[in-house]
Amino acid sequence: MNGDRPLVAVLDYGIGNLRSAQKALERVGADARLTADAGLIADAAGVVLPGVGHFGTCMDQLRATGLEPPALDAIESGLPFLGICVGMQMLFEASEEAPGVPGMGVMPGTVRLLPDGIVRPQMQWNRLDVQRPSCPLLAGLTDGAWMYFVHSYAPDTDDGLVAATCDYPTPITAVVERGRLWATQFHPEKSGDAGKRLAQNFLAAVRADKCRR
Amino acid sequence: MKTVRVIPCLDVDDGRVVKGVNFVGLRDAGDPVELAAAYDRQGADEIVFLDITASAHDRDTIIELARHTAEEVFIPFTIGGGIRSVDDARALLRAGADKVSVGSAAVARPELVREIADEFGTQCVVVSVDAKSNGAGADGSTSWNVYVKGGREDTGIDALGWVRQVAELGVGEILLNSMDADGTKAGFDLELTRAVVDAVEMPVVASGGAGTLQHLVDGALIANADAVLAASIFHFGEHTIADAKRALLDAGVAVRPPTA
Repeated sequence: MNGDRPLVAVLDYGIGNLRSAQKALERVGADARLTADAGLIADAAGVVLPGVGHFGTCMDQLRATGLEPPALDAIESGLPFLGICVGMQMLFEASEEAPGVPGMGVMPGTVRLLPDGIVRPQMQWNRLDVQRPSCPLLAGLTDGAWMYFVHSYAPDTDDGLVAATCDYPTPITAVVERGRLWATQFHPEKSGDAGKRLAQNFLAAVRADKCRR
Repeated sequence: MKTVRVIPCLDVDDGRVVKGVNFVGLRDAGDPVELAAAYDRQGADEIVFLDITASAHDRDTIIELARHTAEEVFIPFTIGGGIRSVDDARALLRAGADKVSVGSAAVARPELVREIADEFGTQCVVVSVDAKSNGAGADGSTSWNVYVKGGREDTGIDALGWVRQVAELGVGEILLNSMDADGTKAGFDLELTRAVVDAVEMPVVASGGAGTLQHLVDGALIANADAVLAASIFHFGEHTIADAKRALLDAGVAVRPPTA
């Protein structure tokens, strides 16, 4: 394995556009691989769980492809892990989008429909309100960075896990953090330079973690 | 906070940008990927590629465009034109497109919208609607019909009824193009746009007719559109995306601030 380009496994469970996430990580210096191979995931220095579309479909696909156990193993072992959009939502216990379909349950709380009376989905750029400036994923992004959101649901979780919110028109969970498990409701891979910075921050965490091991 | 998106649209024929594009400093002004990257640098919020390739067998060219764009452009992009099946949509999304826009094919078979949404999620399905005014009816109110085949054929379908129908099928966004305003540079059809915005819960992109920065402001402020799409005012270098953002900000419309 090339030490300068740490191996980051982008979990490929057969849903829509995963290529953008892979390209965004490659751009900042990762050896990013789209993979469904548990062995490769176990060898990776970091894991990314992307996701678009329907919570139930994504959970079903994640389970059908056998990728839930290696994802849980990576989180359990403290490997740097980044969930994106529905990949964030899947970390929670459940979603109102698919009642009865359990999530991965590694984050407490339920994913809820955005309030009535606003345009759904939120499909736009929005500014981060950083709640936890020490979050390494948000280094250099604490001053109202703009990120691209596409979602109709968002996690309702413990305030202590929320590293950033956005206003739509009430505070929406935008970034959660627990140790080296991070997740974003927005798409860093589609958020221009701000998203690039976030990807760099994630890769820096991957490199730091690799040195520790 | 609602922020209005500014979206340049590129017409692409057989992998090349058509309609004159006059940009300073581009090596190849006909290369859609290079143009999209330039718009990204100017602070465009998304890019729309409209594939107007006449020959149906040339899907590979547009898929290749999606692939190259995904490597060079790190904002969302939509591809429309010629998407007739779930297979067409899948190929583009797997290649890196964020959204696909369907128009005539959705009119011909509305279930196509649901099929794409079921597989990939509503967020990646855009329905493009070409609407043309029927004039004022007996009660004085205006109605609009949906047109297909580049605006040559009246389907007889009421445009407001159509957008409500596709909303039920699972769509993430409406790309609304006024056939009356398109090409006039006299501004969006604000009455039509406002009526569609009021008819659905999802985002609506105003398109067709933007000739000045004030037109973009009017689309956002008067018609309440979620995004404004324009082609010629950006392509000919009359205005940059940053100019458009500043005009919107000056008028009190929230936007992602310009980067240049």
